[in-house]
Amino acid sequence: MAAIAMKLSDPAVARAQATTESPLVKWLLIAVAIAFLAVMLLIPVFAVFAEALRKGWQAYFSAFAEPDAWSAIQLTLTVAAIAVPANLVFGVAASWAIAKFEFRGKQVLLTLIDLPFSVSPVISGLIYVLIFGLQGWLGPWLNEHDIKIIFAVPGIVLATIFVTFPFVARELIPLMQAQGTEEEEAALVLGASGWQTFWHVTLPNIKWGLLYGVILCNARAMGEFGAVSVVSGHIRGMTNTLPLHVEILYNEYNFVAAFSVASLLALLALVTLVLKTSLEWKTRRELQELSPEQVQP
Amino acid sequence: MKFLLYRRSVIPGFNLALGFTLLYVGLIVLIPLSAAFIKTASLTWPVFLETVTTPRVMASYRLSFGASFLAALINTVFGFIVAWVLVRYSFPGKRIIDALVDLPFALPTAVAGIALTAVYAPNGWLGQYLVPLGIKVAFTPLGVLVALTFIGLPFVVRTIQPVLQDFEREAEEAAASLGATRWQTFFRVILPDILPATVTGFALAFARALGEYGSVIFIAGNVPLVSEITPLLIISKLEQYDYVGATAIAVVMLSVSFVLLLIINALQAWAQRRDSKA
Repeated sequence: MAAIAMKLSDPAVARAQATTESPLVKWLLIAVAIAFLAVMLLIPVFAVFAEALRKGWQAYFSAFAEPDAWSAIQLTLTVAAIAVPANLVFGVAASWAIAKFEFRGKQVLLTLIDLPFSVSPVISGLIYVLIFGLQGWLGPWLNEHDIKIIFAVPGIVLATIFVTFPFVARELIPLMQAQGTEEEEAALVLGASGWQTFWHVTLPNIKWGLLYGVILCNARAMGEFGAVSVVSGHIRGMTNTLPLHVEILYNEYNFVAAFSVASLLALLALVTLVLKTSLEWKTRRELQELSPEQVQP
Repeated sequence: MKFLLYRRSVIPGFNLALGFTLLYVGLIVLIPLSAAFIKTASLTWPVFLETVTTPRVMASYRLSFGASFLAALINTVFGFIVAWVLVRYSFPGKRIIDALVDLPFALPTAVAGIALTAVYAPNGWLGQYLVPLGIKVAFTPLGVLVALTFIGLPFVVRTIQPVLQDFEREAEEAAASLGATRWQTFFRVILPDILPATVTGFALAFARALGEYGSVIFIAGNVPLVSEITPLLIISKLEQYDYVGATAIAVVMLSVSFVLLLIINALQAWAQRRDSKA
């Protein structure tokens, strides 16, 4: 009793003992967490690079010397170059409308924007086949005019746009909502036009959130597999993106080549993670700076 | 009472921004999605029900839903531990591990698929130890479970982390000063506050796992009636030009997805209310 009384009489010790677990529990939990993440995340990532280099650096680079690999890289870059800017414009427009104005049906719009996240990638591709495929709504008309959408690049672009368009919007909407409308209103009062306000007031405020959304959007656009798999037709050298190329190589039991190409995508993922984390710190700081001044409506 | 469709504002660009947004959403999302429902509407109810309840389709539902549920459960338990450890403790490498949690978000699903298969195949890094023990992961439903756990991992962690971060330690101290043991404090003070976020994380992981395709098809056996997930079944039907059948199953999945979306929105609203109460 006396010993406990003596221990608890030291406030720092008492507080620490009351609100933390025993060191045994603490380190056990840390061990469990690290073990779980190591098994689930680290080992698969290492496996990609280990398998890619299994037959040495020569074999690794020869996987990229193939013309099919190059057209896959080109196609992936093209698709991302179209989908990401399109979704960027959409994201800015949507968050401008949602964050700066009051109107009915906002929640419905927000739910609609979130929809692609809840739809299976396979279904995301299927719905475009239903419209643009040979048996689809526009199929016969497209066939007459010799316009290929499904089993060609436009279909891949469309499916990728569908799957990735929420990313920029979801990043910008809370950010712009937190920033409110005061700065824009002040600019307008001082005589700025709408576009001037946007370029010189809004854009600098949202630039980190924008970049963050673009990075996520890009990572998903380059890595999308299910939706593109349905609309692409898997035509080698023409409608295979990098992920599809990986699948083809893997199914041909060309494991080293498959993992070599996959390692390129894994590197992209790791770069995305690094950029994402550093931007997260930036936006977190920005949001923190705003909250003391923000007035709750 | 005046029914305002929208409040007039001095800020310009409303019509342009909203118009463009609605056009984009309509063309990219609404019209294509409605195509699935309209196509299925051409079926009569009995035919539709028959198409979506064949033994093969039912087996795929069992696998997809069952594995997704279990995977989300595993992620909830371990994700909670990971979130707790990241928020409450400091240890070497914590920043790197925190960043790493987002890996399943960033990694293309096909890469994840072949990587997991390589790891759990009989001659794989982990498979070589598991198979002699009789635990076959690759090309079995267990493999599906592992893949879906991988894919849902960040959802629980990232949903719980901010809530845990904002949790007021004073409540814990109050409980301790009133004589609660650490376990009691955890179960009666901390957990109820984190519960909405935990359940939301579970629902998000579940919803994501349900539709997952790329990371699963490499490690699953893809044997009909045994290890075939519903998205794969849809693709099989597409390859056989059975558009109607594929769309019917897709409509079932879409309906489930929409219900889940509504549930998740409700859960997030519940979590918000909890947050504002505190």
